[in-house]
Amino acid sequence: MTQYQTLAEVVKKEQIAADIFRLTLRAPEIAGCARPGQFVMVRAMAGIDPLLRRPFSIHQVSSEGNIQILFKRLGKGTTLLARLEAGEQLDLVGPLGNGFDLNGPGKVCLVGGGMGIAPLYFLAREFLRQSIPPRLTVMLGARTREELVTVANDFKDLGVNDLSLATDDGTLGHHGLVLDLMGRQMAREDQWSVYTCGPHPMMKAVAEMARQNEWLCSVSLETMMACGISACLGCAIPRAGLNGNYLHVCKDGPVFDAGEVAWL
Amino acid sequence: MAVDKPGLSVKIGDISFKNPVLTASGTFGYGREFEPFVNLHRLGGIVVKGISLEPRRGNPPPRIVETAGGMLNAIGLENVGVQRFIDEKMDYLRGIGTRVIVNILGDSLDDYSLLAEKVSGVAGISAIEVNISCPNVKKGGVAFGTDAGMARAVTEAVCSKSAIPVIVKLSPNVTDITAIAKAVEDGGAHAVSLINTLLGMAIDIRSKRPRLANVVGGLSGPAIKPVALRMVWQVANAVKIPVIGIGGITTAEDAIEFLLAGATAIEVGTANFVDPSATEKIVNGIEQYLIANKMENINQLIGGLRI
Ligand SMILES: Cc1cc2nc3c(=O)[nH]c(=O)nc-3n(C[C@H](O)[C@H](O)[C@H](O)COP(=O)(O)OP(=O)(O)OC[C@H]3O[C@@H](n4cnc5c(N)ncnc54)[C@H](O)[C@@H]3O)c2cc1C
Ligand SMILES: Cc1cc2nc3c(=O)[nH]c(=O)nc-3n(C[C@H](O)[C@H](O)[C@H](O)COP(=O)(O)O)c2cc1C
Ligand code: FES
Repeated sequence: MTQYQTLAEVVKKEQIAADIFRLTLRAPEIAGCARPGQFVMVRAMAGIDPLLRRPFSIHQVSSEGNIQILFKRLGKGTTLLARLEAGEQLDLVGPLGNGFDLNGPGKVCLVGGGMGIAPLYFLAREFLRQSIPPRLTVMLGARTREELVTVANDFKDLGVNDLSLATDDGTLGHHGLVLDLMGRQMAREDQWSVYTCGPHPMMKAVAEMARQNEWLCSVSLETMMACGISACLGCAIPRAGLNGNYLHVCKDGPVFDAGEVAWL
Repeated sequence: MAVDKPGLSVKIGDISFKNPVLTASGTFGYGREFEPFVNLHRLGGIVVKGISLEPRRGNPPPRIVETAGGMLNAIGLENVGVQRFIDEKMDYLRGIGTRVIVNILGDSLDDYSLLAEKVSGVAGISAIEVNISCPNVKKGGVAFGTDAGMARAVTEAVCSKSAIPVIVKLSPNVTDITAIAKAVEDGGAHAVSLINTLLGMAIDIRSKRPRLANVVGGLSGPAIKPVALRMVWQVANAVKIPVIGIGGITTAEDAIEFLLAGATAIEVGTANFVDPSATEKIVNGIEQYLIANKMENINQLIGGLRI
């Protein structure tokens, strides 16, 4: 488990939708050892407001030592991050967490919603690079075309041929949920390994569908985090079963087998 | 004469620390979590996460929320229990080459004395820090640390079973913290540390629900520093035993303020989350301050407040 604290230079900032941004950051140590599903803790400013770091999935790593994060502008921290310009520096801690296990059996389906798409890009690239699964299917959902179109094209450019899209307003792909796409396209009798990240209700439904079909399902979860390095114990989520114990998202996760988690 | 290596070591009870910078309980895990970020050997000491007799699961989530210049936590004292701590965590801690202080917590006087007994004989543990901000279940859940009599009783229970120095960690959620400090001094404490978190809350106005599942939680971070500093100054003037300052310390300048107010050592808490290398930077910063001010020894700084 190698982790680094590093001052990363902003190499590039892209605004890919009204409230969605992508930062390319120079962080060779992190890029050198990051696995899909891992995250970084980003300090949005040097002062004390906002005080805590913010967690972001590693969206992409490049062989030149850069990493990318893809994020939505929501509150204080992400508003500050969205204002950064190339040449400025950002304090990063990472790579953190366990990452996805790429050795699931059968066909592979990645199901992403909203900003949950961020880690799935890195994951898709690794699957294709290592040519692991016999077949890679990707299903992505967002609210609007604007939020989805750029990243969807990135998946195509990567060589993902089996790509389906869904938007809440029907402006791109299926008018509805990614869950509908799963129901239509994934034959029940096939063996699938499902990897999902997105809003909690979506992941809960994906996990339930996987359970009913006896597919393997990996979920990447989000919680509030103060440290990201297993020191504060603030990132607890309830474990499945009746013993009342907790899992810690930054250390035991953020990727879990869907069956480990109590889906409240 | 130029000073190039000022003396940084401080004494608490009969043990000396290589410098006054310790980590605050519950913010530094069991030390190992920070190995990638800090030269742990450089620290004055590591205070580990609070340990109870039996493992504790902790509170339901959400357990933390950020507030202006600080954070609220209601972790609920989740820990692995004293036996697993000794079996699984001490080997690593012994190898670091710095002081290890074990923070203990209990529901009753018996818990505290049993814990003191278990911990005080373990090789590599230099001192006990007693968290008295916990509810006394036998006294209707009133926190030990909010009643001078109970605070003294816990101190006596721990001291009677401990062969190593006992530091009692005070709660700020009291009317007069000096009264509690004097009571634990009378009970035999070798030092006091303060402050623990200030009780607070936050509400989500959209859902009209509290932001913490526990409703209330402990406030920490830069927001509490002025209150902590005031309390440290008051207590340092009220007792003869050493005082360890805690609360919002983020930089060497913050640490120096506490030393000037009379603290013999300090603990760094929430800052470890914001900057995992904060503790080492603070050690270096104190050293540089002494050099810049031509002080040969940290003791020239402690209690140096001019009024
Ligand atoms: C492991 C992990 C990976 C993540 N990856 C990404 C990513 O790749 N892209 C991305 O856009 N976001 C990601 N997030 C969520 C991201 O951390 C939050 O959106 C961010 O912290 C919000 O910060 P803020 O200061 O802008 O918002 P705040 O001002 O703190 O809050 C604004 C709103 O966001 C909500 N919020 C705050 N923190 C979180 C959180 N940790 N999770 C969910 N909601 C939150 C608040 O409840 C509030 O409604 C990830 C979270 C985790 C735990
Ligand atoms: C997440 C968290 C967990 C804590 N756990 C403990 C604990 O187990 N025992 C204890 O005595 N104090 C605990 N504290 C209190 C700190 O040790 C410290 O007294 C307090 O946070 C004030 O210092 P700070 O502002 O530097 O964080 C905890 C604080 C935080 C933020
Ligand atoms: S975020 Fe601090 S322990 Fe997980």
